[in-house]
Amino acid sequence: MITTDICIIGAGPVGLFAVFEAGLLKMRCHLIDALPQVGGQLSEIYPQKPIYDIPGFPAINAQDLVNNLLDQINPFHPTFTLGERVEKLARQEDGSYLLTSNENTQIHCQVVVIAAGLGSFEPRKPAVERLEDFEGKGVAYMIKNPELFRDKRIVLAGGGDSALDWTLFLSEIAREVTLVHRGETFRGAPDSAEKVFTLAEQGRINLILNANVTALNGNGHLKEISVARKDKIVSSLDVDYFIPLFGLTPKLGPIADWNLAIDKSAIEVNTQDFSTNVERIYAIGDINTYPGKLKLILCGFHEAALMAQSAFKYVFPAQKLSFKYTTVNGIHAL
Amino acid sequence: MIHLTIEDRDGNRQDIEIPEGINLSLMEVLKASEYDILATCGGMGICATCHVQVLEAPNSLPPVNDTELDMLDTLPEAGPDSRLSCQLRVNEDMEGAIFKIKGESN
Ligand SMILES: Cc1cc2nc3c(=O)[nH]c(=O)nc-3n(C[C@H](O)[C@H](O)[C@H](O)COP(=O)(O)OP(=O)(O)OC[C@H]3O[C@@H](n4cnc5c(N)ncnc54)[C@H](O)[C@@H]3O)c2cc1C
Ligand code: FES
Repeated sequence: MITTDICIIGAGPVGLFAVFEAGLLKMRCHLIDALPQVGGQLSEIYPQKPIYDIPGFPAINAQDLVNNLLDQINPFHPTFTLGERVEKLARQEDGSYLLTSNENTQIHCQVVVIAAGLGSFEPRKPAVERLEDFEGKGVAYMIKNPELFRDKRIVLAGGGDSALDWTLFLSEIAREVTLVHRGETFRGAPDSAEKVFTLAEQGRINLILNANVTALNGNGHLKEISVARKDKIVSSLDVDYFIPLFGLTPKLGPIADWNLAIDKSAIEVNTQDFSTNVERIYAIGDINTYPGKLKLILCGFHEAALMAQSAFKYVFPAQKLSFKYTTVNGIHAL
Repeated sequence: MIHLTIEDRDGNRQDIEIPEGINLSLMEVLKASEYDILATCGGMGICATCHVQVLEAPNSLPPVNDTELDMLDTLPEAGPDSRLSCQLRVNEDMEGAIFKIKGESN
């Protein structure tokens, strides 16, 4: 079990900066994010776009801002659990919380900070019969451990970069790789598309264009998939794994079930300290709502600062907090 | 006035009128008409949550641009008549068109 002072759900820009504000007050943070990398929307949706409204930076590339935030919080040694989604939140008798992820990682903390943005990024699922029946039993939306696919028969679906990249990668280790794509050209990187076409010509992968996977079959584990071509001809393929790769989309997910006051998918907070209606739980950044709320990074940063001042009393109940500028004694002021 | 028909996710149709000469995308018009559309990226063409299906278009619509194609390709439910509403400027050519909302809701 991981033990920390503050557990931050969401490692987007606001969750990351919260580590800094908490660190100034000597509170330790653990961050958990459903994505395999930190940075939230900045890294997942627009890493190469410039942002123009961060004070002190006339323009900064989104991924550079994330990297800078990581440098800034490094002295406070935050710990991370990435690629896992927080599912459960259980209040303990002493008021502290125990959080559990979808992979059963447990985090014990005094304060929970929800910096979950638009929600956790989850795979877009195609409309395929019995898809959900086979999740974890042959259907995978992410490739965490490629070794799982060694010597197996894999069908991938999609036409973007990740479908192309994983087709190329898996062609080296899998027994059989089939890529099913709705169109006949690929929008992913032209270089990868060319390599995929070449592998298909050499007979090293199967490429089924103008087609969709329509149904899955099996008994306990996936065994067979149906593929329908544009001309409506349906064929079956024997498979061990089906990997649909259609990008990610944010979903509020389990947070909706935690008895928090929610208005249109956002958590209502008190603007004095960004606390929620539940004691020791704060919500900062895009996930919260209050009169006048603006979904901007700089607003989330401000919210993180006020949250930390308020959370202090739960982490150090015996101490009195006095405000200090970082310019006085550096970042280890207290 | 430009007249459009919008079909929501439940199949209900509603006619909307938009003054000519306003410089808005179809996504912005749909949001202003209080349709539940995520439009996470605010119209940059990089989130695909403003996906619509063109059910009828009496005049041809502007061709799909590269950003739009890239994004549509990542949508499992996209078809040949799919568009990103944020990439469509509302103008007279849209008169009489019927769009179905397909993107994810809030
Ligand atoms: C295209 C685009 C351009 C933008 N441009 C600007 C701009 O110029 N200036 C500006 O200020 N803002 C801009 N924004 C908005 C800005 O990106 C957001 O305000 C900011 O990302 C919010 O940060 P956050 O940390 O609150 O949430 P997010 O960045 O959304 O991060 C939240 C994280 O929480 C994780 N998460 C959620 N639920 C769970 C869970 N249950 N378990 C584990 N992890 C979870 C998610 O996976 C995600 O990584 C833009 C947004 C977009 C999409
Ligand atoms: S609003 Fe994001 S793609 Fe249209």
